[in-house]
Amino acid sequence: MTPMKTILTTTALTFAAGFANAQDMAKDMTLVSWGGAYQKSQDLAYVQPYLEMHPEVSATWDSSSNEAVAKLRAMNEAGNVTWDVVDVVASDAIRLCDEGLAMEIDPDTQLAAAPDGTSAADDFGDLLVSDCFIPQIVYSTTAAYRPDLLPADAPAPDSICAMFDMETYPGKRTLEKRPINNMEWALLCDGVAKDEVYDVLATEEGQQRGLAKLDTIKDQVVWWSAAAEPPQLLADGEIVMGTSYNGRWFSAIEEQGQPFKMLWDAQVFDLDGWIIPAGLSDERKARALDFIMFATDTQRLADQAAYISYGPARASSAPLVGQHAELGIDMAPHMPTDPNNAKNTFLYNYEFWADYRDDIDAKFQSWLAK
Amino acid sequence: MSDQTTSGRVLAADGTPLKTSLARALRRQKLRALALIAPLLLFVLITFIAPIADMLFRSVENQIVVETLPQTVSALADWDPESGDTPGEDVYRALAADLKIAAKAKTHTRLGTRLNYELTGASSLFRKSGRQVKKMDLEGDASIKDAFIKIDKDWGKPDIWRTIQTYSPRYTNGYFLNAVDMQKGPDGPEARPENQQIYLMLFGRTLFMSLMITGSCILLGYPVAWILANLPARSANMLMILVLLPFWTSLLVRTSAWKVMLQQQGVINDVLVWLGLVGDDARLVMINNQFGTIVAMTHILLPFMILPMYSVMQTIQPTYLRAAKSLGATNWTAFWRVYFPQSVPGIGAGSILVFILSIGYYITPEIVGGNTGTFISNRIAYHISSSLNWGLAAALGAILLAVVLLLYYAYDKIVGIDNVKLGG
Repeated sequence: MTPMKTILTTTALTFAAGFANAQDMAKDMTLVSWGGAYQKSQDLAYVQPYLEMHPEVSATWDSSSNEAVAKLRAMNEAGNVTWDVVDVVASDAIRLCDEGLAMEIDPDTQLAAAPDGTSAADDFGDLLVSDCFIPQIVYSTTAAYRPDLLPADAPAPDSICAMFDMETYPGKRTLEKRPINNMEWALLCDGVAKDEVYDVLATEEGQQRGLAKLDTIKDQVVWWSAAAEPPQLLADGEIVMGTSYNGRWFSAIEEQGQPFKMLWDAQVFDLDGWIIPAGLSDERKARALDFIMFATDTQRLADQAAYISYGPARASSAPLVGQHAELGIDMAPHMPTDPNNAKNTFLYNYEFWADYRDDIDAKFQSWLAK
Repeated sequence: MSDQTTSGRVLAADGTPLKTSLARALRRQKLRALALIAPLLLFVLITFIAPIADMLFRSVENQIVVETLPQTVSALADWDPESGDTPGEDVYRALAADLKIAAKAKTHTRLGTRLNYELTGASSLFRKSGRQVKKMDLEGDASIKDAFIKIDKDWGKPDIWRTIQTYSPRYTNGYFLNAVDMQKGPDGPEARPENQQIYLMLFGRTLFMSLMITGSCILLGYPVAWILANLPARSANMLMILVLLPFWTSLLVRTSAWKVMLQQQGVINDVLVWLGLVGDDARLVMINNQFGTIVAMTHILLPFMILPMYSVMQTIQPTYLRAAKSLGATNWTAFWRVYFPQSVPGIGAGSILVFILSIGYYITPEIVGGNTGTFISNRIAYHISSSLNWGLAAALGAILLAVVLLLYYAYDKIVGIDNVKLGG
């Protein structure tokens, strides 16, 4: 082979390889998330940086995560999945994985290792609760109250059981309109030891016991179904205490200066993360995996905490959490995982609720409607 | 006559019997008409009727059990659930063979989700078993039954086997039974435990509240439509804009506005407290209950009542009223005996519109309904989007559809559907 020929061939090969690579990955991506501040934090922390690195790619947001499970099932049955990467809570990811609607992920080859070489599987640890789930953040459902609306002589609440104490803390409360979390708290405040809560809740008597405890405050509860409601209700003075996601409380207290106080006791940790729908074409799958690899690496997850007070799901990201991008306050003390806030916590029991959700929900709704 | 044959039949010019010839011409006309509406007909069939039929079909469809566990289902056919014993080794062997295939195709978890609707715990049982059955050796002599019980002790109880056997047919009435607060028992259908009953109550509440909403729409809408119909065109058009204005506002905004108005720290309570009519510690509860739902939905659906009433009232001649009065009728008699009967078609049309819209309403009861003001549609939405129990959602939807059709039929029998006018 003459030198000239070699150069030509190499160039052609390189060109072909480059061309093939570009062709292997789709150029359009549809990302699905929850809208609002959370989607914005994702956009700023890793979608915009990704698009800067890959100018040929365009990304579209779809704020449909709250109905993602049903929509994915419908798309799958119609044989036309239009989403590439979908943000869902862990329980939905388990459901999607069970239904065969989400793709299984191998953390060792498809997710980035930590900078110090720890494998992704170890870095995420127990948070990889499903074969299809790529965790992003840890959030918690926790309580907050308005000190000025509580009786002046009452001690500041320091336990979730203040929610059930109508004598010391009279006034309306708000709780989420579902049995999950509320049943655990009810049993805990009815005297069940924390490590026995799910054993008790698995029995018919335990479920009755939980509902009976909730019954003591039923006529004083406003039930919410969208997490934006509790901060609004508390700001209006409609309620004196209630539960919502810690990020919602953070935004009300720190960004809007509302006079609320957080009550971290017995907060319930839950996870939110990505899934890739099953049945994508090879090019789209390659693009989705490439994006996921970037978006869930150590630095990107730490970056997200500058925009929203949710804890990164990687152990290696925690030391990198800095300050709020606009307020300039340290974010670490506002993370649900901060040692001061995490003295008494629950982790959402995915396996238990996958089994018992239908059953307990039927009883809960029946109780609620009476 | 020349065109009459000996048998007496009338013939057309070309010799065929006139009757046949006419029928052919008519058929051609009908076909042409059909061809003209064919695009619309196909569109409606494909995009409206077919999806509804497909969704309703899910309320009885139950192929997943027999398709995922074909060998188990046939091996289980001889098992007597009343015996209190678990089935024999052969059934466990069949289950292992089925689950090996299902785990490879990843359909075992889907079956687990399906059976979990009937038996709590089936979801994790199948997830766990599917993972471990891959390692099971079917060739050896070891007891497969013991191996399954080692995976989970639930396999050693008759409950899961009874559930598989009960739900092995390709079609089931289980979803419909569930939708009317019943379940499949050992001796046929039986009532669910009282602490799980909810759907019949919700159906009843949905009907009751829809009637209340329709009633309040009639009461509020009738005078407005009357004023609109009797004002000069200029001012009537101005007022008409006010009636239509809500249509141009988002449904969520209108519903949320009612929250601001009616909540305990809201506008109305503040005014009442300021006037001294209500104590500050006894503010009225007007939202997150039935009252709030009825108020908000009446407001939202009012235009659907006013518009048909208005277009019917416009056609009522004012001379009739004048004639009645000149014959000695009081104002009330003239209205009640002469005007009102003529406006009934408008009330009928408006009522049907409002009632049918409100019976399937979802978003407003969800936001302002609290726990006493939610509708059956809220549970249907829950089963579609959260629990993924589409079979139950389809059964609830089918019942709701049947109730609406039944009411429509009853309305036709009592009032007469010819007596409904949207205008003219």
